[in-house]
Amino acid sequence: MWEYTDKVKQHFLNPKNVGEIEEADAVGEVGSMACGDALKLSLKLDDNERIVDAKFQTFGCASAIASSSALTEMIIGKTLAEAEAITNEHIAEYLGGLPKEKMHCSVMGRDALEKAIACYRGDAEKKVEGNIVCECFGVTDEQIRRAVIENHLKTIENVTDYVKAGGGCGNCHERIQELIDEIRGNPKTIAERPKKLTNIQKIKMIDETLEREIKPALNQDGGDIELVDVEGDRVLVKLRGTCAVCTKSQITLKNYVESKLKELVAPELVVEEV
Amino acid sequence: MEPIYVDNNATTRVAPQVLEAMLPYFCDSYGNPSSMHRFGGKIGRDLRDARAKVAALLGAEPEEILFTSCGTESDSTAIWAALRANPTKKHVITTRVEHPAVKNLCEHLAKNGYRITFVPVGRKGRLDLDYLYDHLSEDTAIVSVMWANNETGVIFPVEEIAQQLSQRGIVFHTDAVQAVGKVPIHLKHNTIAMLSLSGHKLHAPKGIGALYIRKGTKFAPFLMGGHQEFGRRGGTENVASIIGLGIASELASAHMQEENTRIKRLRDKLESELLAQVPHVLVNGDSQHRLPNTTSLAFEYIEGESILLMMDEFQICASSGSACTSGSLEPSHVLRAMGVPFTAAHGSIRFSLSIYNTEKEIDFIIDKLPPIIQRLRSMSPFWKQIQDKEACPVGFTAP
Repeated sequence: MWEYTDKVKQHFLNPKNVGEIEEADAVGEVGSMACGDALKLSLKLDDNERIVDAKFQTFGCASAIASSSALTEMIIGKTLAEAEAITNEHIAEYLGGLPKEKMHCSVMGRDALEKAIACYRGDAEKKVEGNIVCECFGVTDEQIRRAVIENHLKTIENVTDYVKAGGGCGNCHERIQELIDEIRGNPKTIAERPKKLTNIQKIKMIDETLEREIKPALNQDGGDIELVDVEGDRVLVKLRGTCAVCTKSQITLKNYVESKLKELVAPELVVEEV
Repeated sequence: MEPIYVDNNATTRVAPQVLEAMLPYFCDSYGNPSSMHRFGGKIGRDLRDARAKVAALLGAEPEEILFTSCGTESDSTAIWAALRANPTKKHVITTRVEHPAVKNLCEHLAKNGYRITFVPVGRKGRLDLDYLYDHLSEDTAIVSVMWANNETGVIFPVEEIAQQLSQRGIVFHTDAVQAVGKVPIHLKHNTIAMLSLSGHKLHAPKGIGALYIRKGTKFAPFLMGGHQEFGRRGGTENVASIIGLGIASELASAHMQEENTRIKRLRDKLESELLAQVPHVLVNGDSQHRLPNTTSLAFEYIEGESILLMMDEFQICASSGSACTSGSLEPSHVLRAMGVPFTAAHGSIRFSLSIYNTEKEIDFIIDKLPPIIQRLRSMSPFWKQIQDKEACPVGFTAP
């Protein structure tokens, strides 16, 4: 059973703005029955391009219906320009979060909104850009790139959760991995780094890796880390926040921080707390 | 309010008689049946009785019953035993609609040097027997076909297949987890070599299963260890659960007729009333050759998880073949193998009854479900399209 938030349940059991607007100013349709979910969004605008009414029809699971209902609530009263800024993350946040396997429901909401806006501006016929990567669910490389960038996706599984690509036969997994590597910096190029780094290069790379990879992970648990010095291959750090008082901090230091630095900077590095 | 539980192909309530029989084996008669003292020795005799009861349900000899931890272990034990007993043979035949316990094992074998033939099924879920027989070869180590399908309840002609295979000297195994207790089984009257069953599908607890191994079938243990189970499975016996499975087997024999009369009538009532009240509903699978307790209904143009969660608000517990409930993105492999169209597969709901269900409960479902279907359809863009066919929809393509 999925762990849905109360807000998701509320929007599923008592969805707002179900239906279709007669003589709508903009309509956005996404999904198909084969894919397992679909959404038709219709909008009514005033003279200032403000959304005065929004209605939806959805075929899909509880989180698809909830995401659609939430989306209509979020956009009514906004101008098109304001609505355009809504991302799938905003929809998920509005619902108090979605199970990761269900994030594609929030993406569907965002896509329908985008299509509706495009329809209003008269470029509804514009084809989805890019080449199909996932044949099973008809997902293009451009859609995958966008999902990876906007949601900081790291694995094929993540991509499947957000845009469904790779969730069928699995033949496109290699291509999805290539797209992820392209965006996140190909690990192969890191593996092919020159054997010997100068001290400056080494310190710079350690600092970058801490900032980019390690700090955000520790921050999630209320912890933090600070680089004090690098002496040869010894990386001297200070743990901050919850890490400073955590009994597991030595495990974090060795198993996570050190192994990350060994992997991404140089295998001979040793991390020490000062 | 008590939940209305119509998900008995997933698991069942432990029968009160079963629980009562098990209780003394936790704190009082907790001896090890392998011990020399009388305190443990008595337990050995109780296990013998339980084994005889399980054998009686299957029309088998007690020595042919091996207790395991679950249906999955029984399936793995059977298939690996046949492969180890015939190390030169590298071909396995099974079906496209097996439970993951067999399906995923076979997919694993396919990646590890074995050739697997997955026999297809037709639109009604019936097995293509000619395809099966045509693919038999000198290299075939084992054929494994479920007795009845868990999602649709469709019953396969396993006795007939076993007969054909025994003439050619090929081992036949059947996963009978859904069939035991619902259809009469007399293993003395057929040539099935191995049969798996699971306790928690017939009102015994979870964590106990059994594998029937016909006398004379070549066997190799799956779990190595002590001499328990006649040396065929190491590990101290799950005494209380084995006792429970014994009582559950007795009860299953006693209730078999009720399953095939009262429960079948309730299932038929549920099915026919829903078909009458709700438009665009299909029955998945062959209603002629089907378990008496199961119906799988496809409500077109809506999605199964939504139906389940709305039913859950009324404490009605069923399950779905839809993608969204499983965490995968595609509907169940069984429905896909049967070629159920996507318009219907995503909205498939399985009801599976037990002897604990009452007519009142079935009437409650018949009362509550049609408005749920109507409500979800009123939200579905596809339903709108079906309703006003004259409109020319752009964008959506119904497959």
